[in-house]
Amino acid sequence: MDIFEILTSAAFWAAAIRIASPLIFATMGELICERAGVLNLGIEGIMVAGAFAGWIAVYMGLPLWGGVAVAFATGMMLGALHGLLSVPFGLSQHVVGIGLTLLATSLTFYTYRVVLPEVSSPPKITAFQPYPIPGLSEIPGLGSAFFTQTPLTYAAFALVALVAFVLYRTPLGLAVRAAGESPAAVAAQGLSVTAIRMGAVIVGSGFMAVGGAFLTLSAFDSFFFDMVNGRGWICIALVVFGAWKPGKAMLGAILFAAFDALQIRLQQTPIGALVPYQLFLMMPYLLSILALVLMSRRAEVPAALMVPFNKGER
Amino acid sequence: MTGPHDQKAQPVLRLSNITKRFGALTANDDVSFDLARGEVIALLGENGAGKTTLMNILFGQYTADAGTVEVFGEVLPPGNPRAALDAGVGMVHQHFTLAGNLTVWENIVLGTERLGALRLDAKAAKARIADLSRRFHLAVDPAAKVGRLTVGERQRVEILKALYREARILILDEPTAVLTPQESEALFKTLREAVGQGLSVVFISHKLHEVMAISDRTIVLRHGRLVAERATAETSREELAALMVGGKVSAPKIEARPAGPALLRLAGVSTKGEGRAPGLRAVDLTLHAGQITGLAGVSGNGQKALSDLISGLVAPASGQFEIVGEPVGDWSPRRALARGIGRIPEDRHRTGTIADFDLTENAVLETYAQDFARHGWMRWGAARAQAESLIATYDVRCPGPETRIRLLSGGNMQKLILGRVLETAPRIILANQPVRGLDIGAVNYVHGRLAEAREEGAAVLLISEDLDEIMTLSDVIHVMSEGRLSPGFTRGTMRAEALGQWMAGEGFGRVADAS
Repeated sequence: MDIFEILTSAAFWAAAIRIASPLIFATMGELICERAGVLNLGIEGIMVAGAFAGWIAVYMGLPLWGGVAVAFATGMMLGALHGLLSVPFGLSQHVVGIGLTLLATSLTFYTYRVVLPEVSSPPKITAFQPYPIPGLSEIPGLGSAFFTQTPLTYAAFALVALVAFVLYRTPLGLAVRAAGESPAAVAAQGLSVTAIRMGAVIVGSGFMAVGGAFLTLSAFDSFFFDMVNGRGWICIALVVFGAWKPGKAMLGAILFAAFDALQIRLQQTPIGALVPYQLFLMMPYLLSILALVLMSRRAEVPAALMVPFNKGER
Repeated sequence: MTGPHDQKAQPVLRLSNITKRFGALTANDDVSFDLARGEVIALLGENGAGKTTLMNILFGQYTADAGTVEVFGEVLPPGNPRAALDAGVGMVHQHFTLAGNLTVWENIVLGTERLGALRLDAKAAKARIADLSRRFHLAVDPAAKVGRLTVGERQRVEILKALYREARILILDEPTAVLTPQESEALFKTLREAVGQGLSVVFISHKLHEVMAISDRTIVLRHGRLVAERATAETSREELAALMVGGKVSAPKIEARPAGPALLRLAGVSTKGEGRAPGLRAVDLTLHAGQITGLAGVSGNGQKALSDLISGLVAPASGQFEIVGEPVGDWSPRRALARGIGRIPEDRHRTGTIADFDLTENAVLETYAQDFARHGWMRWGAARAQAESLIATYDVRCPGPETRIRLLSGGNMQKLILGRVLETAPRIILANQPVRGLDIGAVNYVHGRLAEAREEGAAVLLISEDLDEIMTLSDVIHVMSEGRLSPGFTRGTMRAEALGQWMAGEGFGRVADAS
């Protein structure tokens, strides 16, 4: 099978969209935080916690959408902790974020052991099943690739439209963007920078957790340690790649996912037999860095990103 | 403009007994005044006199320790900008509060709509902004990104922001500090229009001619206290200046004298710009011994490029650069120092000093390796002696040489920098905004020292955005615009308006055509 064949196959694009979905959720979450001026490095840990929380909730008997809600709530709680430390207390966002990732990851593994002390291999749940959209999924060519996905994937793409709409078409979005660019301008209008930033971090963290839950509730049907595997960090890069714009960030997520889907398939080609597979695993990251360098040089970083705001300070 | 007296009955704004302390400092001490409808009040005072603090209290950004603010007879709840806005108070801050990545209309609309609203009506907002721009002569494109606007345009956006919220009282904090004379004139026109339509204005300034030009009444603050209130028509610049500083003001006298030999010469020098800041474009400049050369211009027009070039941070991309007749080869800050260039940097906090170093360390920052080290070891005793000598000679008020420099006031910090430069007896002095943010006492001190250095034969390049300062001190004046340098105008041959035209970029083309 040569590359051209891979790139035109419906199975390849279906995989790319599936791999992109959790990245899209978490990237939108991070984008909301950063647009409001807060770099959320807790993303990796929040995704781990979300993956576990959603899965264990379903395992305990909640419906799948209940699991998504539990993951979202878990993310919001962790986001509230991040927000509290980084916004009103104004602590270093790097330190708070990395600390939160370590805390959330360890807490998740600990909870796993407490809840399932005797288990050697994690139990399975019945995950979201693909739902072909009538009509669209029957479009010849790639119709089946894009429109035979799980409902959670459709939700990811709907979220991109929602985030873009809120950011660019509502007063709330305007306030969020202004808080990340010039908090003083927001305060001068009598709006609370603290409330806007806290809100953005809490909601954004909720979406990160749903990104994690996608792995356990849709992509797979169980929870493993290390299953998030650096996806959070990729999302941080995707926000930069997308120049803090939801649509561009989504395209970045799909591009990265396509590289990932491609390398898996290339491993099975004749070349794959000759080259160590680690080289293929590296490929998406390498190409991402390259794309990042090319795409993000002229990006406009939110001017007040990582700058704490203290009211009444000169 | 309506006089203040006919409508005294109903003040639109009343400040009563405002007191505000920051720790041991009393920024406002029992200040009271009224503002009438259609009146322009000038709030005059030196830096640190408490003008901005007072207005921040009025606008609800600070909470007063005592006193009340009444707008249209209603007491404003303290510490609540929203309430001030809703009551019809609009404030244009000295440092603009605009988001650069948002468009003009987005910045204006920010905060006017309910956050829960589902849509922003961009069309209606833009139409209203266009209408206001026409009525108040505030030309600006509502769809432009604020980050790409000039400073003058940004100020118009700030004023539009206030008008869009139907402000009845406009507070402008040092509005002309960043404008060309023409832009200031346009601002005054807008203010007169606003007053004509029934608005009232508080105009904060320390520039006397503006206060005389625009205000009906002048209120003078000194050390946080209201020391005088005058009908502007019945006072004079001299009286106001004396009230402001609490005594007679003595600016240094500069006597005209023949120029000495050329110490620094640039011929057709260009440099690369830095990001959006322009580089130099074929600049010709000669600095003569015993002269102060003034460089006027709106900030961001290449002053930084010129200052970076002379101080050694940037090398010329093309053209000739000579110091005392010798071309400079490899160019670096260290070489600039070695060739006798003394530097008073534009930003004394960021590049002039290291905030958390003490006075001793800051005093020897430029010379520690040559003069205060032996065999690779610092001679702290000598460095401390040097710091003590600078403190005594240059009247730096501080607890001692071991004080961290961040604790000093701007004026004292600048005196230390000045001493550090002048002690090396430089042949060429680059003074970039040497008195920005200083009070009149410190300003006169710094100017006096620069004048002395001129007497002793140094070539001084004075870069400033304050035309008054340039015109008072300089033997020769150049104007910069977009990286280009105007020809030199000798003392007394140019009026402020003419310089303002050069500052706005007019005249450069003709020179290029003629040459």
